[in-house]
Amino acid sequence: MKLKYPKNGKFGEFGGRYIPETLVPAVEELEQAYLKYKDDADFKKELHYYLTQYAGRPTPLYFAENLTKIAGGAKIYLKREDLLHGGAHKINNTLGQGLLAKRMKKKRIIAETGAGQHGVATAMACSALGLDGEVYMGYKDTQRQKLNVFRMNLLGSKVHPVKEGTQTLKDAINEAIRDWITNVKTTYYLLGSAVGPHPYPVMVRDFQSVIGNEILTQMKKLEKKSPDSVIACVGGGSNAIGTFYPLIDENTKMFGIEAGGEGVKSGHHSATLVGGSKGILHGMLTYLLQDKEGQISETHSISAGLDYPGVGPEHSYLKDAKRVKYDAVNDKEAVEAFLLLSKHEGIIPALESSHAIAYAVKMAKNMPKSESIVVTLSGRGDKDVEEVGRYLNKNVKNKK
Amino acid sequence: MSRIKNKFQDLRSKNQKALIAYVMAGFPSEKGTISAVRGLTKGGADIIELGMPFSDPLADGPVIQNAGFQALQKGMNFEKFLAIVKKIRKETDIPLVLMTYTNLLYRHGYEKFISIVKSVGIDGLILPDMPIDESGDFLKAARKYKMDTIFLISPNTSSERIKKIASTSSGFLYLVSVFGTTGGQQQFQNYTTHAIKNAKKILVGKIPLGVGFGVSNPDQAKFIIKSGADAIIVGSAFLRLMENTTVEKIEGKIEHFTKSLKKATISE
Ligand SMILES: Cc1ncc(COP(=O)(O)O)c(C=O)c1O
Repeated sequence: MKLKYPKNGKFGEFGGRYIPETLVPAVEELEQAYLKYKDDADFKKELHYYLTQYAGRPTPLYFAENLTKIAGGAKIYLKREDLLHGGAHKINNTLGQGLLAKRMKKKRIIAETGAGQHGVATAMACSALGLDGEVYMGYKDTQRQKLNVFRMNLLGSKVHPVKEGTQTLKDAINEAIRDWITNVKTTYYLLGSAVGPHPYPVMVRDFQSVIGNEILTQMKKLEKKSPDSVIACVGGGSNAIGTFYPLIDENTKMFGIEAGGEGVKSGHHSATLVGGSKGILHGMLTYLLQDKEGQISETHSISAGLDYPGVGPEHSYLKDAKRVKYDAVNDKEAVEAFLLLSKHEGIIPALESSHAIAYAVKMAKNMPKSESIVVTLSGRGDKDVEEVGRYLNKNVKNKK
Repeated sequence: MSRIKNKFQDLRSKNQKALIAYVMAGFPSEKGTISAVRGLTKGGADIIELGMPFSDPLADGPVIQNAGFQALQKGMNFEKFLAIVKKIRKETDIPLVLMTYTNLLYRHGYEKFISIVKSVGIDGLILPDMPIDESGDFLKAARKYKMDTIFLISPNTSSERIKKIASTSSGFLYLVSVFGTTGGQQQFQNYTTHAIKNAKKILVGKIPLGVGFGVSNPDQAKFIIKSGADAIIVGSAFLRLMENTTVEKIEGKIEHFTKSLKKATISE
């Protein structure tokens, strides 16, 4: 089941390269560079240096004792990606790709961002590695994640608000791809999740696999076995595939949690794997949220980072192979988990990660105390406090 | 013989190059599209490309994006697209090429989609996000229904790959003239001329070469043809013309502009 390197760029039937011809030489050049450097000793050493000295790896695996007591079942551990520099797992990927871009002699870096976390992580990597960053961000997202726009500017990257389409992550990707087509010779597209044309999904997975590898080592020390279950939130799916992939051959149950928005039945959600169908978007064949004619649907989630109508192709493969169970948590449950973890563990989680926390609490209740769950806490929630405030305000008003 | 192949043969015998015109189905309205097609045929366009809007047109610039967005907002869908094609076919036998994105075909199933559009009179397909490497199932279905498959090449496509793409294409081969999305281009650079000459050399007359993306006036059309193209493809310029025009005036305006472009394809 573990697909080390996708054959013809495909995970089963998923993935591939559905891209304009202008980009074909660019992704081929990228794949060659990636294959050349991924096992190169110097490259690995330099990446290791930045991950440890700059980003703060390894991250702790924290036993959430209070949360465990509240749930009253299995032990809950938190993989603390929120403690990384920048506040999310995204930096694992941006440092890796940034170093690769440097070796490819591309100085101009473009990226898309939803919540702004990948944009911030890109801006940081560019600043640290001496590259020029430009970030596309849906206009709607620039409004609900203002703090991150400010941070990107401080870090020396330029932010381009995207007013096309739904003005969220998918439109930011469209615009980044258009830029890439126009400036293909000079520009490196630093994609932020395990999505897009081959080799991005496998490359981003490999850079994020540091999460799962550390979990495995840490659990063997703490519990003398691999985790019984792991849970991660799924937007494009990078923190989740980084968590899952190293554990695929272990005896570990895996859960990928998507954004249920106002409920999967309401139609206002971003639960691609739970409620979607197969299609082609952003260079890949994967599960999508679309109408019966193939027009991409508008999505909804309280968390900008999960508000995306597609998902990484390897997740589509793992869903159909039934190796991972994908489920949805709605806005309300996510906000409750956000408040719960803040109050009882002193950790403010990103709204994205709050989806995984909510699911973990539900699940732990029905598991024996001898078992353990690892939740990947993909990011911290400072960026979300305003949004949560707005949500609570609105809902209190609605109740009156 | 396909309508497209026929057309190119006919033009060759008249010592003319082809004018291929793109309009978006449903923009500015279904009626507007029909009027535009009338103007195009009266003005002397040789082949018409009909765009079917997709929610995420990542190879398109602002003009076509906006046209597609508006068409979708006004309720454009597959059924209405077919109705437009049927209406056009009642009036003209001009070759019709459908340009859209792969997902709309994939969602219906390649074979089902192709058999339906073929039955109403579409002659060829252009899918800007379908490179030959992913085209296996698509090609099988297209061949079965004798649908022309027009693939794209770009100024950075290697000569070896151009050969492969050309042998997978039928009708004509589409050279994207610039690094960029569809839409206006101020001035072509040397690399475009070079790309046209290089492609022509590789094709050795086996398949006509159409050149598009950013051709928007007669001077540019002349320039592209002088560089060796067998056809010029004009899209955004037509849409721009329609943006601020009432439906009643579309036909006349388009006819007038088409004539000026068509002139550029006839050698003096
Ligand atoms: C903290 C955090 N978690 C998760 C995600 C979702 O991305 P992915 O599914 O690629 O991990 C994001 C995206 O912005 C994020 O900021």
